[in-house]
Amino acid sequence: MPEIFGIPSAALFGQLLIGLINGSFYALLSLGLAVIFGLLNIINFTHGAQYMLGAFCAYFLLSRLGVGYWWSLLIAPLAVGALGVLIERTMLKPLYKLDHLYGLLLTFGLALVIQGLFRNEFGSSGLPYPIAKELAGGHNLGFMFLPNYRAWVVAASLVVCVATWFVIERTKLGSYLRAATENPALVQAFGINVPRMITLTYGFGVALAALAGVMAAPIYQVSPQMGADLIIVVFAVVVIGGMGSIMGSIVTGFGLGIIEGLTKVFYPEASNTVIFIIMAIVLLIKPAGLFGAQR
Amino acid sequence: MKHQYIGIAVMALLFALAPLVVYPVFMMKAMCFALFACAFNLLIGFGGLLSFGHAMFLGTAGYAAAHSAKIWGFPPELAIVFGTACAFLLSVVTGLLAIRRLGIYFAMITLALAQMIFFFYLQTPFTGGEDGIQAVPRGRLFGFIDLSSIWAMYYTVFVVFIAGFLIIYRAIHSPFGQVLKSIRENEARATSLGYDSVRYKFMAFVLSGTLAGLAGAVKALVFQLASLTDVHWTMSGEVVLMTLLGGLGTIFGPVVGAFIIIAMENYLAQLGAWVTVVQGAIFVVCVLTFRRGVVGEIAHFIKKPL
Amino acid sequence: MSAVRKLSAALGLAFAAMSAPMVANAQVSDGVVKIGVLSDMSSLYADIGGPGSVAAARMAVEDFGAAKKGMKVEIVSADHQNKPDVGSAIARQWYDVDKVDVIVDVPTSSVALAVSQVTRDKGKVFLVSGAASSDLTGKACSPNTVHWTYDTWMLANGTGSAIVKSGGNSWFFITADYAFGHALERDTEQVVLKNGGKVLGKVRHPLNAQDFSSFLLQAQSSKAKIIGLANAGGDTINSIKQAAEFGIVERGQNLAGMLVFLSDIHGLGLTTAQGLIFTESFYWDLNDQTRAWAKRFAPLNNNKYPTMVQAGVYSAVLHYLKAIEAGKTDDGTKVVAQMKKMPTDDPLFGKGSIRADGRKLHPAYLVEVKKPVESKGPYDYYKVRSQIPADQAFRPEKEGGCSLVK
Repeated sequence: MPEIFGIPSAALFGQLLIGLINGSFYALLSLGLAVIFGLLNIINFTHGAQYMLGAFCAYFLLSRLGVGYWWSLLIAPLAVGALGVLIERTMLKPLYKLDHLYGLLLTFGLALVIQGLFRNEFGSSGLPYPIAKELAGGHNLGFMFLPNYRAWVVAASLVVCVATWFVIERTKLGSYLRAATENPALVQAFGINVPRMITLTYGFGVALAALAGVMAAPIYQVSPQMGADLIIVVFAVVVIGGMGSIMGSIVTGFGLGIIEGLTKVFYPEASNTVIFIIMAIVLLIKPAGLFGAQR
Repeated sequence: MKHQYIGIAVMALLFALAPLVVYPVFMMKAMCFALFACAFNLLIGFGGLLSFGHAMFLGTAGYAAAHSAKIWGFPPELAIVFGTACAFLLSVVTGLLAIRRLGIYFAMITLALAQMIFFFYLQTPFTGGEDGIQAVPRGRLFGFIDLSSIWAMYYTVFVVFIAGFLIIYRAIHSPFGQVLKSIRENEARATSLGYDSVRYKFMAFVLSGTLAGLAGAVKALVFQLASLTDVHWTMSGEVVLMTLLGGLGTIFGPVVGAFIIIAMENYLAQLGAWVTVVQGAIFVVCVLTFRRGVVGEIAHFIKKPL
Repeated sequence: MSAVRKLSAALGLAFAAMSAPMVANAQVSDGVVKIGVLSDMSSLYADIGGPGSVAAARMAVEDFGAAKKGMKVEIVSADHQNKPDVGSAIARQWYDVDKVDVIVDVPTSSVALAVSQVTRDKGKVFLVSGAASSDLTGKACSPNTVHWTYDTWMLANGTGSAIVKSGGNSWFFITADYAFGHALERDTEQVVLKNGGKVLGKVRHPLNAQDFSSFLLQAQSSKAKIIGLANAGGDTINSIKQAAEFGIVERGQNLAGMLVFLSDIHGLGLTTAQGLIFTESFYWDLNDQTRAWAKRFAPLNNNKYPTMVQAGVYSAVLHYLKAIEAGKTDDGTKVVAQMKKMPTDDPLFGKGSIRADGRKLHPAYLVEVKKPVESKGPYDYYKVRSQIPADQAFRPEKEGGCSLVK
């Protein structure tokens, strides 16, 4: 078996593939954050809690209403997205005229509230959520055993990411959104309901987080803390990719997954820190991020 | 400024007499966090820079002081100095990396750096990881004051707190402080007047980090423990909360905010996770309706800066 | 008085008022035995100890018959949130201000070590049920601390040697990269090697890692017969869940959980957890006495069956009260000495004793998780593979490095 740097190539490819899978989650989550920041200039610290809400929603749909995974993929993002719309309408709107940091602090506080409430109710042990029958099992690829579900995660994330990017960068709706961010007054003068677009955009970003949560439920524990530490990593991804850039977040998300996978093979203890080191380096050399434009 | 001097005198008197009625360990904890919050406030309230990683200074100094006292046998005054010096060095290094960025980017890079420090401390053996450095000896201050006596420890913390507070007060009311405020208000204009805004912000950052370290070093001796809690990002969030609640950019705000939060944590400790919920709720309420904070509202009411 | 002075005075009163709960006004006479149950009430270990430990302590006080014997016993509880600073602060305050005489439970070794130190400084009693570190009766031993239920040495020795002897002689470790994980891995590796087994590889993962796929992949490719999980809580649950996803057990490797509790299995479900082998010192379905106790306990704990930690709290409190009754004092160091003099006996752990280093001795059990078809109902999860007698289950006294052992 050929070896690369002392690691059998089979193991290396296996790790890369797993890294790609993890990268899909990073990409999905940072996509939602990038949409919200890029278009609305809001740092949505609540993103991790909304991801968790998506997973819990799927859990409740299954355990209380018997609604399965496929429907949850649709319902949970809508439900949590609606909650996001409510949050935006009631709490974020008054803050737009202030320093952006207040938005950060508000969403930070909201995250604490949501996570704390759920922790009180459900403890921290986590709740089980089964993998949908259609996606169970896996295939032996030779160099590793790939569970079907994980392959599905990669495929679904890619589709969602590319679709979102397309809508925002290549369609008329997307161009309205981008214009509204740069100059809301002017765009509103053209008769476009800017506040409503902003609200819906926030809701969409939140729905993306919830979607990631539903997809995470079968493989990670559905627990109140699942988003808390993840959110920091996702921020790093968004910053590296360029805070306004959709493509940047997608590429960085997948890229980070792969880099993390490689780090786990060669030097696992650093797998937590590698993202922050990269972020610090990027911020020093190109503060707007790899794909970002200077604002 | 006379009313501020009165305020300082009253505060000093209250804290000096407090251990007669209030549990001294609570007061010491609150004073350490009050100093931490004051140092943080220097940066955000007067410098306009939100650092989301200030815990790295608190924790680094704590670990340094604890390690030097326990393993190298430093007497307490040297342990505190050593801890503060380590925080100073860290603030210089991180300041050089972070200070050129503005606003959100600054907050994010401080967060990233703090996370790196956290994971580093998690894994290096000397910190004891999840166990922390325990059984840190308090020793004899200057060779003869036995700090295991609660009174000696208390008044040592009290003196350190008042000293730190006065340093910050002096910095704010000096020409340096005025320039800093002007940079916060309008950086372009300050630069056009000839002030090197980056240099001023850097100095504020270093001063803030060093004093946060002082708080951390003393805290390690009070509790005889240095743990990961002090470098976790939730600690960075807590100091933001204390300062926000007390009043950003006020002199006494951080002190009040720290006391309220510490008291609340103590009081609600029975209720476990409700502490997080309440803290989050305070954030939300403060940002939406109470942006001036407790002291800020009082100052607004009496129409004098506090 | 100027407005500012009034304001400052008002602020000062506000501080004092807010600090009121901390004022030393607890009117507790020495006629009361006050027990403090310090546990994780809301997070990782809440189901392992938590409110269930409080319920267990109450049951012990009742079963002891304190009221009939004229002994006043009070129970308080608090949440240490798995943080040593929070735990030691609560302990300090309990001892200084609230006149607590004994602290029990405390899962999380880092908190236990801190509380043990505070207890020693104040001359009170600390009965550890939840924490694992064998250092509590080793280099950090104290005349005021008794380590109940289990420790890392028992886990390593029980699970490790039993598995190697039954054929699992090649191991791969997945270890949580912090002090507790390292200790567990080290202790288990020693046992494996001593029994003629081999360690084919190790990988360290960051604490609270969400994703174990890459580590499991490495474990799979090592072809070790046993994958040892030197981690706890959410990490263990995640490792097991994802191992099921990658078909590890189906493809011929077995998982050895080094620290697993009944509540973890309940959370995982039998489909995922089946075949897991580990060591515990108590299981509710061992005999008639444990069953009867569990049936009384469950309604007091939200219908959740007891973990060994909660059982340990019951046993410890019971013996503590008996020691006070016999010694007629609640002075910390003296009570612990008395507890060591008296042999222990309760329906949960049977007959046992406490050594000079503070280690409580009782038998341990190697258990295997049943397959779903083998289980007759909720919490019917284990089959007992073997019993390890008390004198072999724990580290020999001389090897611990405890200064109390002469």
